[in-house]
Formats: sequence, structure tokens, C-alpha cells
Amino acid sequence: MKVVVCVKQVAQLDEDFELRDDGRDVDPDCVEWDLNEWDAFALEAAVRLGESAAEAEIVVVTVGDDEAEERLRACLAKGADRAVRVWDGGLVDADVMLVARLLAAVVEREAPDLVLCGVQSSDGVSGATGVAMAGFLGLPRVAVVTGIDYDASARTATVERELEGGLVERLRVRTPALLTVQTGINEPRYASRRAIKQAREKPLEELTPADLGLDAEAVARTVASRVTAMDHPPKGDAAELIEGGPDEVAARILAIVEERVG
Amino acid sequence: MSGVLVVAEARRGAVRDISLELVAAAGSLVRGAGGPLVVGLVGADAEELAPRLDVAGVDEIVTVRSPREHFEAHVAEQALEALVADVEPAVVLLGHTIDALGYAPALAARAGLGFASDAWSVQWDGMPVVRRGAYGDRLVARVEFPGRDRVLVLMRSGAVEPAAGAGSARVRALDVAFDEAAIATEHLGYREVERGDVDITQAEFLLSVGRGIGDKSNLSQFEELAEALGATLAVSRPIVDAGWMPSTRQVGQSGLTVKPKLYLAFGISGAVQHLAGMRKAETIIAVNSDPEAPIFNVAHYGAVADLFDVAEALSAREA
Ligand SMILES: Cc1cc2nc3c(=O)[nH]c(=O)nc-3n(C[C@H](O)[C@H](O)[C@H](O)COP(=O)(O)OP(=O)(O)OC[C@H]3O[C@@H](n4cnc5c(N)ncnc54)[C@H](O)[C@@H]3O)c2cc1C
Ligand SMILES: Nc1ncnc2c1ncn2[C@@H]1O[C@H](COP(=O)(O)O)[C@@H](O)[C@H]1O
Repeated sequence: MKVVVCVKQVAQLDEDFELRDDGRDVDPDCVEWDLNEWDAFALEAAVRLGESAAEAEIVVVTVGDDEAEERLRACLAKGADRAVRVWDGGLVDADVMLVARLLAAVVEREAPDLVLCGVQSSDGVSGATGVAMAGFLGLPRVAVVTGIDYDASARTATVERELEGGLVERLRVRTPALLTVQTGINEPRYASRRAIKQAREKPLEELTPADLGLDAEAVARTVASRVTAMDHPPKGDAAELIEGGPDEVAARILAIVEERVG
Repeated sequence: MSGVLVVAEARRGAVRDISLELVAAAGSLVRGAGGPLVVGLVGADAEELAPRLDVAGVDEIVTVRSPREHFEAHVAEQALEALVADVEPAVVLLGHTIDALGYAPALAARAGLGFASDAWSVQWDGMPVVRRGAYGDRLVARVEFPGRDRVLVLMRSGAVEPAAGAGSARVRALDVAFDEAAIATEHLGYREVERGDVDITQAEFLLSVGRGIGDKSNLSQFEELAEALGATLAVSRPIVDAGWMPSTRQVGQSGLTVKPKLYLAFGISGAVQHLAGMRKAETIIAVNSDPEAPIFNVAHYGAVADLFDVAEALSAREA
């Protein structure tokens, strides 16, 4: 079987981050990059599906700048066979729809049995890229999946979908399909030193939108939103700060406990 | 094209709260965008549930009868496509809910709609303008939709007060010729979260710990602290995901909603899905080493401190 896993490098803001000169995003020098938490679970799910199949290929795909290569190598060390990175300078402000369209173009080329995404990315928090991609591709999809049981001969997957309040729906979906994977579905593995070394030899392909048949005009046409400004959120009725060292904080907390539930 | 189409949501025979929040958000939007305000509802029981959506401000309710008893994402997508074609709204509003996340982005992609999710607000400023969080709600982004004359927005739950007051909407059924071949899933059943011996929804005082506690071996210290304080221990999702605590202790959107007199949060950042389960607590105290953690925006008292230092000081005083 073949599984494509879409993985994103996410930005963690430094404590004293600053905005870009145009005020529309954070200065990229003020962030640290990490693999999106949800995508680590999606990758692990794919690798396990691969391990239980007679033959399998796991392809990780990202839309990201050259920093993202490190994240792809980490995925290769955890069991992916091959990586694809899509980028050119024009994608710096790519929105959900453009990223989904580019990923869809890669999926079209790869023709996998399953496409796995994370439910959401911790920096973008759109929760939408995977299902948007399924829309572009006309693929069956299930969002917020907490269990996957793939039946290659029937070309279906029996999955669990997590709803609000802890309710879970069991359903069967026709494959090829796209699933967005929720945290907790498995326990992502660590890569061994040997695997990290071997990952350096695994293929990592770099593509531009043009390589995927999307010229500048098509790229511009796909963008469905534009961030025009970013700002600090209004503080509202922010918390009353408890000052002092740990002992003073503890004393104050105990006083509040006494007052409210004492 | 003008007006707003609100897509209401129902599950297992009941209209979900988000539906009336969307009507409220749409109410202020139509004042700028122009009317009408149309509410769509898709489901096997859509016609029976329609009266529940007849609140002040709604001009029309359009029902679509689903060929499936339960929510099905590909049915919902086709129904939404038909509703949009019928109503021709300038703005389509849905909740940022698990169901909507399963189909709304797909239609937005296919139909080339302007798109934003997890919106805090939508306003009309000569055009639709969305505000939404960025970087885990540390920042707020202003989002526009240049070149799109129709936008689809998924609104965060709890962002506005639900609409109320009796309405006088027309109700109409829309017939949709569903493409059966595109309905790709089959419902097999529901499973409820198991109830444990401890019911955190009944507790008056919760001590809640998050990923900030770092390691499983640190958990027992907080179990002891909870006991000493007379509190019940609750957790955020990563603690359950890691298998350190059962899901019966999880607070949040996919866990339980709690409303204690006192909620003491240690090492919890305050992600929207966590806040969904505890923001109605009477008093919230947060201990977090990150002064920018969003939990401080809902907490009544906050201490920017190392949680282990505070926990030790609390234990020492209670000993
Ligand atoms: C569909 C969906 C449903 C979800 N449902 C839920 C849900 O029901 N409940 C839930 O909780 N989450 C839920 N989540 C996950 C949610 O998005 C967050 O990932 C999660 O709430 C983060 O948990 P946390 O705050 O414990 O961890 P983090 O966000 O990692 O925060 C840890 C915090 O600890 C602080 N910290 C670290 N070390 C220390 C120290 N020594 N002293 C003091 N502070 C410290 C850090 O500053 C940080 O703020 C859901 C997500 C999705 C997509
Ligand atoms: N730039 C990207 N490259 C690859 N995958 C992505 C990218 N952005 C989003 N995704 C996928 O879409 C999921 C949801 O992200 P989002 O819609 O941004 O919340 C992520 O978990 C990834 O699987």
C-alpha cells in the first residue's frame, strides 16, 4: 500500500517575538521550528499501516522553505521512505487553500491508497487543510480520526471519528480516502541513531509550484484569504497577577481556596 | 448575491448551541451586508427541528432532508452546495465544529469561496472582514478576501451570545438530488466515553494539570497535592493522550465540561479546546511560567511562576 502523509513545520514564537515590517506576520527570525504535533501522530499511524502491509511506501510531503528539510529528515528517520518538499519564494504568505491545492497536486501524482493529515497545525490552527485538499481531489474524507483499521482487499477503512464531549462515531469509508488524524491515536516513536543516519540517504525531492503545473497565475487564483494585519489580542479582563515568590503565591492561592471552597 | 446563510447543526435529535450563536453573528453582519438572513438545516429530521431555529432576526429557514439518519460529511457537502446555489448569500457561516470541519473546507475549495476558519468575529466593512487567532491565540489576525465575492467562515463556539427571542421566519424545504455514489461513508455506531469512578463535572474544586508537569513521574505529586487541598484532579488532553490519566479526567471540547467553584490550573497553556470545557468556572487561578499564555486571558488570578515551586510551597503549607 501507499500512504502520503502531509507534514508541516510549525512556528513556536520566542518570548520576545516581533512582527514583520509590514505588520502582517511575525518576523521569521523570532521563531523556532518544530514538526506539528498532530503530524507526528499521522506519520506514526502511516508507518504502522505500512508495517502491517505486505508491501508499503510512505511518502511525506510538505509545503515549506528550506528549514522544513530538517523536519522531513526527522520523518524519514521515523520510518517514511521518501520525502517531497514544495516551495518557492512566492509561497511565503500562502493560505490554507493554496497549500491544500499544492498538496493535492502532489497527491494526484503519487496516487496513494490513503492520505493522512493532522487535524490542525499548532501555529495556523485552521483545521482545514486536509479536508480542503480532499475537496480539490474529490476524495472521500473523514476528519478528526482516532482509530484506523485498513482493509486492503475490500478497499475500505473502518475508522473512529472523535466528536465533542468524548462521543466517538465508528464508520466505514471507501478508499482511496483522506483522513485527518487526532492526537492520542498512537504513541509516536523516537528515531534510533542508526535510523537518523540512514535517513540522510533517503530520497528528498524538491519541487516548485510550476513543476506541479501551477503557474503564477494559477497560484494567485487559488489564494482565498489574506492576512492584512496582526496584532496583540485585546487583554480584556485579564487576570489579577499574584506577585511574589513561590511561598507568597502559595499563601495567596490558599487564601482564595479558603474563601471560595473553604 | 447578498445576505447571510447560516448553516445550523443538529446531532442526535437536538439542535446544537452553536447554531443560535451563528444567527447572532449573522444578525450584526446583515446590518452591513444587507439581508436576508437565511438559516439552513440538513438532516433526516431537519423539518421537525426547524422551529427550534425560529428566533428573532431570521428571515427564512430552509431544510434539506438527508438520505442518511446520521451526519454524513459527503451528504452535508452536497447539501451545502445546493443551499448556497439556492440562497446565493454573500457570506456563509458555519460553526468551527467537528462536523463542519469534515466538509465545509472541501466545498470552499471546490467552489472557490473565500475561506477562514476558527473566526472570533466576522464584520462587514464594505466587505467581510474576519478576526481570528494566530499562533495559538497569542496574536490576532485581520483577514480579508480580495477577489472573492462569496466567503465561507467557520466561527469559533462561544464567541458571541446566542440569539434569542421569538421569530417569524418562513420555513421551506429544499429538494436536493443527492449523488449516492459520492456518499463515501457508512455509519456503524456511536460509542460514549466511559464514566469512571470520579466525576469531575460534579466537583466543586478542581486541581487541573497540563503538559507543563513534564513527566509522568511528576503526576503523583499532584495527586497528593489535590488530596491535601481537598480538590479533585483533572487534566488537559496531552496527559490523556500520553496514557497517564484516563479520559474521564479530561477537561475540554473533546473531554468534559466542568463548572466548579474553583479551577486551579498548573502548566496549561489555555488552548481554545481546553477553555471550552472550563471557562465557566466561577473562579480560575492559573500558574504558568509563560506570561503570554492565553490561559491568563480567562483566569481571574494568575501567577507567572514555575509550577513545581508553587506546588512545593503549597504542599509545605498544607503539611
Ligand atoms: C478537535 C480537538 C479537540 C481537542 N480537545 C481538547 C480537550 O478536550 N482538552 C484539552 O485540554 N485539549 C484539547 N485539545 C488540544 C488543545 O488544542 C491543546 O493542544 C491542549 O489543550 C494543550 O494542553 P496543555 O495546555 O496541557 O499543553 P501546552 O499547550 O503544551 O501547554 C503547556 C503549558 O505549560 C507551561 N509550562 C511548562 N513548564 C512549566 C513550568 N515548569 N511551570 C509553569 N508552567 C510551565 C507552558 O508555558 C505552557 O503554557 C483538542 C484539540 C483539537 C484539535
Ligand atoms: N504547509 C504544509 N505542508 C504540509 N502539510 C500541511 C501544511 N499546512 C497544513 N498541512 C496539513 O494540514 C493539517 C492541518 O493544518 P491546518 O489546516 O493549518 O490546521 C496539518 O496537520 C498538516 O497535515
